[in-house]
Amino acid sequence: MKARAFHYVRPQSLEEALRVFAEADGDAVYIAGGQSLVPAMALRLQAPQLIIDIGRLPELHGLTADVNHLRIGATTRHVEILASDLVRRHAPLLVEAAAHVAHPAIRNRGTFAGSLAFADPAAEFPAVALALDAEIEIASLDGTRRVAAEDFFLDLYETALQPGEIIVAVHVSVALPGARSAFDELARRRGDYAIVGLGVNGLFEDGVVRRMRLAFLSVGPTAVRARTAEELLVGRRLDAGAIREAQEALDADLSPMNDEQTPAGMRLHLARVLLGRLLGRLTR
Amino acid sequence: MSDTLPISIDVNGETVESLVAPRITLADFLRQELELTGTHLGCEMGVCGACLVLLDGKPVHACLMFAVQADGCAVETVEGLTRRGVIADLQKAFHERNALQCGFCTPGMLISAHGMLSERRTLSREEIRDALSGNYCRCTGYEAIVDAIESTARSRTTKAAEEA
Repeated sequence: MKARAFHYVRPQSLEEALRVFAEADGDAVYIAGGQSLVPAMALRLQAPQLIIDIGRLPELHGLTADVNHLRIGATTRHVEILASDLVRRHAPLLVEAAAHVAHPAIRNRGTFAGSLAFADPAAEFPAVALALDAEIEIASLDGTRRVAAEDFFLDLYETALQPGEIIVAVHVSVALPGARSAFDELARRRGDYAIVGLGVNGLFEDGVVRRMRLAFLSVGPTAVRARTAEELLVGRRLDAGAIREAQEALDADLSPMNDEQTPAGMRLHLARVLLGRLLGRLTR
Repeated sequence: MSDTLPISIDVNGETVESLVAPRITLADFLRQELELTGTHLGCEMGVCGACLVLLDGKPVHACLMFAVQADGCAVETVEGLTRRGVIADLQKAFHERNALQCGFCTPGMLISAHGMLSERRTLSREEIRDALSGNYCRCTGYEAIVDAIESTARSRTTKAAEEA
């Protein structure tokens, strides 16, 4: 199908983009990569009057790092994350996850913050943002604010973004010595939506877990951390017993829904399998 | 809402200036305005991969962007790649290996294959399959397509080694 007719503007600055939205009286949508928005418009799930193209704003683009933080510009494309030595060094979990996002042609257009703003529960990057304790920098006409990833994803396709706000960048702490991470997902075919996916981000000291983040995707309306399992692992070595206990703790952390293809029990089982695999990978 | 916007796109090496309605996708613009019908439209939602073109050198879905978004960019279609002769060996391998039946998916397959062959010199079958995961073929079962891309990668590597 084809999108309904709309007006299109390409502002030259972030300020201008925010102003154009404010003047549009609510019936406007920002576009950057458009890899979720354009199909939604083709299916007439969305039919805005105005599209504001922020895909080329220089202030939203690029990857930089200082001693403590990696800054991922909002419109950084998945392919740029995959190819970036900077990201590979400071946040390898992101690179590992990016390889699972859709297909190569989608990764050439889709943007990092676009994936966060869309907040698809089956998407990889929201879970990774949780696992990395990312901070999301958001601009509005009133200035900028920062929201922690754990306060950003509210419900199915629902985030802390207010109408008109734009994600400027995402900040993550650079990986410390002793940090180890892993990402994987189970899907029927490569590039399909995952039945379940998991990003693990651990900090170790002499083989003992100091901090653990376990962020699942596709097991509920938003990406979700398995906090009981996380807490249970802190202060312990990742031996077979600890891993088994963490797997069992997922019963308390996750409550997947039944759907036509995947009963809730199967999804929970697969979440346990994936957790066992990835924790095992961290010990190697 | 009948407004149109001026765009200027480099299509297959030639500058094209046109007025387009914002709702026209790049795929429809190429097919209907420029009559470049090698770019096929299957699902129109980024799933089947028949509409792939190169945007500034990288494979993208022409159905997943509006023509206005391509303003100022360089677009190359299967016609452009064919005319430049850069995929002649790949096309020959598809022919020899019968890597198509109805041919509907072939332009997208060629763009995907060209994308992966431009990026890396050696490709395993698994890497080829992964890179083709967004291209649907409903006839061949993919085996012959993977064969054709694999043999092209191999013969290009051999050729590069001989020239070095």
